[in-house]
Amino acid sequence: MGVRLEVNGRSIEAEKGETILSALNRHGMHVPTICSMKDLSPSGACRMCVVEVEGSENLVPSCSFPIEGPMKIMTHSPRVLRARKTNVELLLSNHPDDCLYCERNGSCELQSLSEDLNIRERRIPGKRSPHKIDKSSPAIIRDPSKCILCGRCVRICEEIMATSSLDFAHRGNELKISTTLAKPLNYSNCTSCGQCLVACPTGALIEHVQFPELEEHIHAPGKLVVAQYSPAVAVSVAELLGYKPGTDLSGIINAVLRRYGFDKVFETSFGADLMIMEQARIYQDRKRDGQDLPLITSSCPAWIHYAEQYYPELLYLLSPLKSPQQIAGALIREWFPKAEKEEGKEIVSVVISSCTAAKTEAKRVEMTRTGIPTIDLVLTTRELARMIKLSGLDLELLEPELPDAPFYSTGSAGKLCSVAGGEAEATVRTIYAQITGTEIPASKLHRFRINKSYREMIVKAGKTEIRMGTVSGLANAVAVIEELLSGKRKLDILEVMACPDGCINGGGQPIPAVEKLIRSRSKAVYDMDNGSKNHTAHGDPLVQEIYRDLLKEAGGKLSQDLFYTTYLKREVLL
Amino acid sequence: MQTDKEILIKLAQQNPSELSPDELGQTALLRKIQIPRPLVMVNSSTSGIVAGSMRTWEAIEQYAAERSIDIDLAETGSIGLSSEDPVISVQLPGRCRIFFSRITAEKVSCLLDDLFHREVPDQHVIGQLIREGQEPWKDVPSLEDIPYFALQSRIVLESCGIIDPFSLEEYIAGGGYRAFLLTIRSYTFSEVCDLVSDSGLRGRSGGGFSTGEKWKAAFRTPSDQKFLVCNAEESDPGAFMDRTLMEGDPFRLLEGISIAAYAIGSNRAYIYIRSEYKNAIRRINNAIKILREMGLLGDNILDSGYNLQISLRKGPGAFVCGEETALIASLEGRRGIPSSKPPYPSTSGYLGRPTVVNNVETLSNLPGIIRNGPDWFKGIGTTECPGTKIFSISGRVKLTGLVEVPLGTSFDTIVNKIIGGVGKGRELKALHVGGPSGCMVPVELMDIPVTYETLKEKGLIMGSGGIFVMDDQSCVVNTVSYFMEYMNKQSCGKCIPCREGTRRMAEILRSIIRKPADEEEHTTLDRFKGMMRLETLAEVMKDTSLCGLGQNAPNPVVSTLKYFKNEYEEHIFDRRCPSNSCTELRSWFIDVDLCTGCSICAKRCPAEAIIGTARHPYFIVQEKCIGCGICHEVCKFTAVYYK
Repeated sequence: MGVRLEVNGRSIEAEKGETILSALNRHGMHVPTICSMKDLSPSGACRMCVVEVEGSENLVPSCSFPIEGPMKIMTHSPRVLRARKTNVELLLSNHPDDCLYCERNGSCELQSLSEDLNIRERRIPGKRSPHKIDKSSPAIIRDPSKCILCGRCVRICEEIMATSSLDFAHRGNELKISTTLAKPLNYSNCTSCGQCLVACPTGALIEHVQFPELEEHIHAPGKLVVAQYSPAVAVSVAELLGYKPGTDLSGIINAVLRRYGFDKVFETSFGADLMIMEQARIYQDRKRDGQDLPLITSSCPAWIHYAEQYYPELLYLLSPLKSPQQIAGALIREWFPKAEKEEGKEIVSVVISSCTAAKTEAKRVEMTRTGIPTIDLVLTTRELARMIKLSGLDLELLEPELPDAPFYSTGSAGKLCSVAGGEAEATVRTIYAQITGTEIPASKLHRFRINKSYREMIVKAGKTEIRMGTVSGLANAVAVIEELLSGKRKLDILEVMACPDGCINGGGQPIPAVEKLIRSRSKAVYDMDNGSKNHTAHGDPLVQEIYRDLLKEAGGKLSQDLFYTTYLKREVLL
Repeated sequence: MQTDKEILIKLAQQNPSELSPDELGQTALLRKIQIPRPLVMVNSSTSGIVAGSMRTWEAIEQYAAERSIDIDLAETGSIGLSSEDPVISVQLPGRCRIFFSRITAEKVSCLLDDLFHREVPDQHVIGQLIREGQEPWKDVPSLEDIPYFALQSRIVLESCGIIDPFSLEEYIAGGGYRAFLLTIRSYTFSEVCDLVSDSGLRGRSGGGFSTGEKWKAAFRTPSDQKFLVCNAEESDPGAFMDRTLMEGDPFRLLEGISIAAYAIGSNRAYIYIRSEYKNAIRRINNAIKILREMGLLGDNILDSGYNLQISLRKGPGAFVCGEETALIASLEGRRGIPSSKPPYPSTSGYLGRPTVVNNVETLSNLPGIIRNGPDWFKGIGTTECPGTKIFSISGRVKLTGLVEVPLGTSFDTIVNKIIGGVGKGRELKALHVGGPSGCMVPVELMDIPVTYETLKEKGLIMGSGGIFVMDDQSCVVNTVSYFMEYMNKQSCGKCIPCREGTRRMAEILRSIIRKPADEEEHTTLDRFKGMMRLETLAEVMKDTSLCGLGQNAPNPVVSTLKYFKNEYEEHIFDRRCPSNSCTELRSWFIDVDLCTGCSICAKRCPAEAIIGTARHPYFIVQEKCIGCGICHEVCKFTAVYYK
């Protein structure tokens, strides 16, 4: 039902029941918001989106006020602007004045709001509240003094990730965001997915930056610094470097990393290719025995963390494989010195990933060999962008280069793993080929690429049916898993990605992560696959070479040794 | 006294005029008009207990045991005079009941000795309660004649302090539960809504929204389940009418809840009460248990086909939980933080179902309205605001306690005539009305009739009805600063204007009433700027805060800046407090002529600011002095004075 609104003297059409904010946005009118986020329940806490409504005594928050009938609205009247400005000034009154030193300098919403509202002096001075910075988590650093208590992290952690590591505690001027019993983050049930730090408007939640540690290793004599980067990084770093969103910068990244001082540059998607090979093998074994199905993927470290905490009884369904970056890392450590005859040198293995949970994963005891971590450093896409800027290279003049042999994928199967649904799709391609002996037509699986958090499809491979499913976002995953447990749903393969839309929307990705940008990232990954000549992991000549020369067969002794691990129940303070 | 269930229900169903002589006798017994033995009733409500009524109780028990006198000892609620507690009342068979004030344990034997000799002591008498069929005492004023009671219209407080709050029999014999039985037998849901809407009853918790209209909104919303919530989270410091009502007359509240629940078609009612009200919780729980046993609560109440369950939920005692959306959140087990309205609770409240939240005083008004009809109710108070309102008076007054007056009565009547004004030799400065988010009413506005509209016109609010009286020794800025700090602590912290605004306002106010820590801090210009900023902050907070707490938090500041700006200016420019109550702004001196050099002040000074040699006059170092005034208190020669 249409309702006519008069906004700033202009008439616009709105739906009955929608919020004023959504009607305004649809007509190209913007009011600033802090606490409001797409897909999350309106909170109405920040009062930044207030507008003047004729007949209403006080200003009205447009983000949560439903339209009931015709209204006269002023979005930028002096009264509204004064209210917004005063509220931002109140937030700034005891905010640390260290913008120059802040991780979020330049991408901070509070900074841009005060810039927009032309706040040029501290008119309302306030007492600082003492806070301790929590650096306990390998992935996330929490600085409560920069927190403006918008509650976005709380809501995303609860509503999207179903984890609730963070919540409000105390009240009034004591109000703070806290973990359970105010313990450090590493004691909490945090999965390090990093969605909170993408959601955070200020620098209160930032990733544990490891980029400066790299300086010690790079160019150091006797050290062989090896990088691997994931395709999710390649398609999204463009956003931070002024390229068109969705540009694949793989070639440029290779060139920059080499010039920056990395001795070798590999692709994580090669690890993903191997993972697919092993996963197909595990699936075939389980299907033959008719037990431990569905096979639930284990490539997402945040999901693994979550499953260990909340579904210990389901761990036997999980694939025993490590994540792609760990598989590639293990291979680099084990195989590389032998093949390249550089045994005298110390290998420093660096992962550039869209994932913050990979930082935590790298510290896991399961991910070490003889006490030495497989991966030394994990950098995020944001850290890579800073490194590229620091390199001082004019990217326009740089010739794209290829990654180093032997660990890069010529096919697109491994690359596909960075979007939600991609891993299931790539695995089914290999399984299909193993069962029928022919390749599955690529278009046959395109129906699996619809934009939904949960997707399901049945693929017929000869006489067998493969029921595949994919789910992204932990809250959605919980819903699907509960259905599996209750027997409502039957699946053969279930891919779980903790972050909504998969790795391309990971916690280490460029901020802001708005819908439009995420779509452009996923489109870039799909374009890679569509444009590729080789769609499968088993068809990749480099993969075939590795299996021929080193691993012998999928599920063989060396693969078991390098790529397999065990996941165990994790006791945690809820 | 055990009474058959049937007799009691029969009593509750009948009109007082239709009672048979038998039943009249029964009623008189139950109402304690005819008593077999002497009856002593002790105020065991919180105000009484604080004053020592439990020790008085023990003394009475001991007195009776020692002298082997057969007396009935019963608990009762507060009669409203909190400052006069422990209040006890004594009734001898055939005689009127007399109320006595301040009967501490040691006064018990004297008092009872006199009374049993049919003599009334001169002191401690409040008055006697004149009831039919009892012989009045000579030379004892009737309660109705003393000014405190004479000018009040006690409708809701009618039985408070008179009946036994543990006895349903006494409540029913006094006319209780007629209204509820009438409701479930003769009216449909919507008829009750119409009736209450017609009576013009408005919410007594401060908003003044029409109760009937609120019910209708919930009644009209289709849902499988509706809820009625009684808001007993009385968290205004200085307001205690709800507590007194629950402690003194719990059955009236429960009858009101039953009527309201019926009106909106709800089978489930909750009483959300702050956990600090242990005494009230005990009485309400007891009342619910008795009502269940009597079949006045539960399934198919008295074969009417109507089911109702009432349960009590304890809240953690947060000011913000008095706000209905925060209350509902707390009731659901979530953090007590308000949410945006709309949707209003009457369409989507507890568990997403239509929910009506009414306050204790509002609900306690209902039995009277149903029993006597809306026209009777409209005859009390003003046309726009019919009925009475209970005010709780505290501060620098002769009597503190509850006052129930028809709406439209002036503050002057309430404070000067009923309560007796401020102490001897003092001058009334202002009234702080409505708790921490209330307004400061200057003496010039004492004559306005108190209704929701007239107060709003003057920029004031009624709030829950707490009146804090201030005389010339109370500092306006200091009080406002205290309230602002209270609001800052009690803010839930969800929205920016309230959380940060109250914090900054409290800081500004603190800088005005305190000494600067060093020369650089809070110069006069800073403090003056701060005062100017208070106005902007107040307007923005009112404009943008999420709930009533933030919107009303600046009220004390706004009203005092309007009416008492000179006090702010004196604090800022002269660094002195006109009423000398801001301790830090006082400068203390020692009179050289009076000081004997006893050195006690120097020994007791917490800041070590007093120096000198024994037997010679001492001296206060102003830079070190924190203005606490301990030296003044301890000086035996009144040598310490302040400027």
